[in-house]
This record gives sequence, C-alpha cells and structure tokens, in this order.
Amino acid sequence: MNHVFTPVPLSGIYSKKRYLTPGVIVLILIALNGMVFLAGRFFLGIGSVTNLTNLYPWGIWIGIDVATGVALAAGGFTTAALGHIMHREHYQVIIRPALLTAMLGYTFVALGVVVDIGRWYYVWHSIIYWNPNSALFEVGTCVMIYMTVLYIEFLPIVTERFLGRVKLPGILHNLNRAIEFILRILDNTLSKTMFVFIIAGVVLSTLHQSSLGTLMIIAGEKMHPLWQTPVLPLLFFLSAVSVGFPMVIFESYLASRSFGLHPETKVLLKLGNMVAPILLLYLAFKIGDLVIRETFVYLAIFNVQSVMFIIEVILGTVVPLIMFLNKKVMKSLNLVFMASCFVIFGVVINRINNFIIAYHPPYATEAYYPSFGEISVTLGFAAMLILMYRAIVMIFPVISLNINHSNNHHLPHSQEVSK
Amino acid sequence: METNSNSHSRRHFIKNVAALGAGVVATSANQAVAAPANILSEDRKGVLVDTTVCIGCRNCEWACKKSHDKESGNIEEYSDRSVFKQFRRPSAATYTVVNEFSNPKNPALPINVKVQCMHCDRPACVSACIVGALSKYEDGSTIWDPVKCIGCRYCMVACSFQIPTFDYNKAIEPNINKCDFCNERRKAGKLPACVDICPVEALVFGTRSEIIKIAREKIQRNPERYINHIYGENEVSGTSWVYLAGRNFYELGFPKLGFKHAPGVSEAIQHGIFAYFVPPVMFYSLLGTMMWIYKRREEFNKEAELAEELELQSEPESEVEEL
Ligand code: SF4
Ligand code: SF4
Ligand code: SF4
Repeated sequence: MNHVFTPVPLSGIYSKKRYLTPGVIVLILIALNGMVFLAGRFFLGIGSVTNLTNLYPWGIWIGIDVATGVALAAGGFTTAALGHIMHREHYQVIIRPALLTAMLGYTFVALGVVVDIGRWYYVWHSIIYWNPNSALFEVGTCVMIYMTVLYIEFLPIVTERFLGRVKLPGILHNLNRAIEFILRILDNTLSKTMFVFIIAGVVLSTLHQSSLGTLMIIAGEKMHPLWQTPVLPLLFFLSAVSVGFPMVIFESYLASRSFGLHPETKVLLKLGNMVAPILLLYLAFKIGDLVIRETFVYLAIFNVQSVMFIIEVILGTVVPLIMFLNKKVMKSLNLVFMASCFVIFGVVINRINNFIIAYHPPYATEAYYPSFGEISVTLGFAAMLILMYRAIVMIFPVISLNINHSNNHHLPHSQEVSK
Repeated sequence: METNSNSHSRRHFIKNVAALGAGVVATSANQAVAAPANILSEDRKGVLVDTTVCIGCRNCEWACKKSHDKESGNIEEYSDRSVFKQFRRPSAATYTVVNEFSNPKNPALPINVKVQCMHCDRPACVSACIVGALSKYEDGSTIWDPVKCIGCRYCMVACSFQIPTFDYNKAIEPNINKCDFCNERRKAGKLPACVDICPVEALVFGTRSEIIKIAREKIQRNPERYINHIYGENEVSGTSWVYLAGRNFYELGFPKLGFKHAPGVSEAIQHGIFAYFVPPVMFYSLLGTMMWIYKRREEFNKEAELAEELELQSEPESEVEEL
C-alpha cells in the first residue's frame, strides 16, 4: 500500500508546470476572438453575426455548442454509473476528471443556449412556464437540474481543498473558524447525501441524452429520411453512452500529456475494453433502422447527405469498433487514444448531421453554412472550456498522482481524509 | 466523494431515495394539469382561400400590415406586379404574402397564392414551444404570446409550413412573427383584415365545417376549374385555413405533407418516456437498489478478506488499523 493514486491540485509541490504556455496563449486569443463576435450578437442581434435565416433557424450554436456539447459531456454520467453505482473502485481516479469535464461541458452548453436564444434574459422562463409536450422543455429542464447536480457533485472537491486550510488575512481571520465549521458541516452532509445526487445525475442524463434525439422528430418531412426515425432518442442515448468512455480516455490522455504525468494506462485500457460492446449495440440499431425503414436507398443518391451519413457510420463507428475489437490495439494506449478520437469524431459528425445536414426546409434555395462569427463563438467557447479545465485542475484536487505514502508528511492533511 | 459505509448511512440512503421518489410523483400531478386539452371545437373558424379567384392585388398584404401596426405604405403601391418576379415568404415585415405562378390552362391568367399561418388543428409549433408561448384556441386560431417566448426558434424548426419568422436584427425583444388570425379584430366582431378587404371574395371566412362544405360544392359544380383536392382538409390532420386550386398544389409552393398530425410521434415518445414520471422514478429506484447491492457486496468481500487475513497473519491489529 505504498503507492496510492491521490487527487491533488497540479501546482505548487505537485507540479512544476506554469499556467501560461504558448498553447494556452493561442487558446486565449481564440477565446478573445469569440468574445468580439459575442459582443456583436448581444448588441446588434443574432442576425448580425450568424447566417441564420427564417428557413434555417438553428445552426452550429445549437448543433455543436448545445447538442454535441451535451453528448461529449456524457463521460460524467457513464463514469458515475460505473464507479459509484456499480462501485468499481479502481475507476475512482477517472471519476473526478470526468466530473469536471461534464460540469464545464454543461456550463458551456448552458452558455451556448443563452447566446443562441433571442430573448436570452428570459432563459429562466421554462422554470415557470411549462409545456410537457415539448421535447425541448424536457431537455432544458433536465439539463438545468443536471447542471446543478454536477455542481453539487463537485462541491466535495472544493471543501476538500479548503478544509483545514482556511487562512483569511488580517481582521478577517476571525472568520476562519466559522468558515471552517461551515465547510465541515457541508462536507459531512454532502458525503452522506451524495448518492442521491449521483443516482439523480444518471437518471437525468439518460432522460435528456435521449430527448435530445426527440427534438428533431417534430420537424417531420423537413429532416432527411436517413436520420428521421422514431428511434432517434434511442440512437442518441446509445451514441452518448458510447462516447462517454472514449471522451474520458481522450481528456485523461491529453491532460497527462500536457502536465507531463504518466497516463493512467491500466485504467484507461480497461475503460477502452468496455467501448466495443456499446459501440456494437449502437451500430446494430443504426444499421437495423436503416434496413427496417428501407432508407438505404438514399445512400445510392450521391449528395451531401449520403456522403455525410457514410462518413459518420464508417469513420465514426465501424473503424473505431474494429480498432476496439483488435487485441493489439487494446494493448497500446496510443492506439486506444486514436480509436477514441474516431468515436468522438463520429458522434460530433452525427450531431452535426442530425441538426444541420439532415435539415432541409421547404423553400430553401441554398444550404446553410456557419458564418465566421458563428465559428468564432463556437471555437471561443471550446477554448474557454479548456482554459478553465486547466485552471481548475491546478487549483483543486481533480487529477490523481501516484504519491508515495511513506513520505506523505508534506501532503496537505485533507488528502489523508480523502483516502 | 466517498460515501460512508456504516449501516447508518444505509438507512439514510433508503429514506432519501423514498423521499425523492415521493416528491417527483407529487410534481407529476401538476404535470397532468398543465397538459393542454384537445381543443377542436365544432364551430372553430377558418378561411377558404380560392386561388382561382384571387387576382393578386395584394390588398390583403396592405390590410394585414395596417391592422398590425406595421410599416404599410400606400395601398396604391401594392398594384405593382413586379414583386411577383421573386418568390416571397412571410417575414417580420409582413404576416402574409401573395406569390404568382404560371397557369398552364390559361397563360393570360396567372395563379396567385396567398400565404400565411395555416392555423393547424394540431399545430407542431404549439407542441414544440418550450414555454408554451404558442397556444391553440377553441376558435381555431394559433397565437403567439410575447410575454412567454424566449426566442429559441424551435417553433420555426417544427412548423410544417415554415411559417413563424424571427427578428434576427433585434438585440432586444426579437419577436416570433406569424399571422394571428386577426385575433383583436375578431374579438371586436370584425372580419380578419385580409378577408375584409379582398375585392373579389377570394377569401371566405366561416366555421371550418362550413367552408369545407363550400369548397366541396365548388369542386362539384366546377370540376374543370378545380383539381379535386382541398389543401388543408386532411394535411397534417387538418388546418383552419384551406385552399382550392386549379393546379397541383405542390407546383404552387405548398409542401407535400402526410395526413397524420405533426406532433404525433414526438408527443407519443415524450409521454411514453414520462408517463406521469413513473418510468424515471422506477429507473431511479432501480439504480438506487443496484448501488446498494454493489456496495453491500463490496463490503462483504472486504469483510471476508479481512477475516482471511486475520486468520493468516500473526499481527492482525496493525493491518486493520492501516485499512
Ligand atoms: S402553420 Fe405552422 S405556425 Fe401556423 S399553426 Fe401550423 S404549425 Fe403553427
Ligand atoms: S421561439 Fe418563442 S414561440 Fe417559438 S418555440 Fe421558442 S419560445 Fe416558443
Ligand atoms: S388573418 Fe389577419 S393576421 Fe392573418 S393574414 Fe389575414 S390579416 Fe394578416
């Protein structure tokens, strides 16, 4: 029991890395560029920065920022189900990073919604005005509650960081004991009730991941038959589950790279082992749907839709499935990382296809292409997300390090508590 | 977040799961009340648009703008037929437009088609709207409520006829724009502005059953003039506004739609998944039980391991302490 993986803030004694690197500076510039266009959107209206029209009311802000964002944040609930509900303890090391990704992911999904809706200052209206018939109402409500749940799930990490280390300067130091006391109560209550939120998180995710698929069903004939199917909710749910672990592998791999740590090879490979069955199930439903509804005839027509569908299925599902089933691939973290990238690519393309490529409204004479402003905002949000992730893992104990317990005297004592 | 593993926390656990379940079931009662009733009153109103009568004077466009306080200009300007060179759609500036199509039967008499919200019997926009800002009323109208709308534009994605439009260039209070069936005027006992002004009675206002009857009679009396299709009688399970034409509707800019109402599949899925919150609550309980069992098993295994170690090792105390 000498080597234990313990979550620590990646700064100070645990990491020599600085926040600012050339890559980070590039990200900051991308984020700033996005802000410029955001300002345009808020002062001059949505039309001033987007290519949206009365025919194409939804573009990449919904298709990528919201729909894809939700799917890619699925690592949060899939790892919570695995680690907490099925109680597989060796996965503990990846739960916190996955939780953080989900929390930030959903935060930016919410921001994406605020940016996209015309009357953003009424975003809270769905809390008081209900329309239970609306798939969007359900998605909105679930996302709102789930985001709160994610913040609650993250709270113990915050209390862990500050418990026993509250040192306010100057006269404020009188408050130290009180704050300490509050933190301790919070920590206690949270640890006793956390399972309520964990289960709720999984239920809420299952609901809205699938309802996101219901969204486009009401568009009926406006949606290309390759994608328009009553099983869309199931396909959305399965693809979200299938991208959960690959996303965890993806971020964990990149985070350890960027902080110069050893990747959690064993755990990640184990996670990778679970991807193939889910992917296979998803592919079976996808192909089954194609066959049952006889929509494969549309694949014979050469157009954007058929090409995108084939890219989505072959590159995004079949290729990674073959990789994940291959024994050699499953022994190399680099190859598993690559396979994960394919899955992620597939889900991103799938969401773009469903929300943008498949949508062909009557009276449209030309297709929708995102404007420079829309792309800037989307990239800007992605950049901000990465910047916040980096800052948070440097401040809070999220990522686990292999710490030799024989000389744990310089560990802040909260780490011992967490063991 | 480590969960406590003593029996106290287990009891706590079950209590909490139960409490949450009860809470959710209680809210589902509200849900049932909030679901809109199926309002398809027998004497709901409608308009019959006879495209074979319409002369393309566009007076209706002017009257519609005028009655909705929009920039309407001078009515004389509307006789300018050059606008027909472009295929137009309703927009923030106007709730209705008239387009022109060629007439293969008689090239000298082009076909003019007025477009506005169809006021569907089972509107996709109403089903879709996240906050219920669009409502269907007993008199047949579908009306947008500026107080509730959040501007998400899902109604535009949903509408089978591509009718609602959005103020893309307004940063504050952008509206969803769509024909409101002249709600205000009708409340005051007047005809819809467009129907009122039409000089050739191409627009006939009445109860929906009446206008369908008129339409059918017209087709019977004049089978060469009309094709045998009342557009809107069955499309998306029926609309309040219905059309007659002498040429295939799909060549006159009407979308080809099925007879099932648009929200059908999506509402069935929504209500299937939710069904008074029973499935989510059951799922919650299932996960809760699973979590408990897995945890229990873990503890059991640990205890067994510990017991084994105790038997095997000579200094059991120190080992226990470290764990
Ligand atoms: S035509 Fe469109 S906007 Fe009008 S009631 Fe039907 S679905 Fe709603
Ligand atoms: S834009 Fe307004 S009216 Fe349309 S669906 Fe959204 S909230 Fe409802
Ligand atoms: S019914 Fe009223 S709002 Fe609708 S098109 Fe006619 S004039 Fe315009």
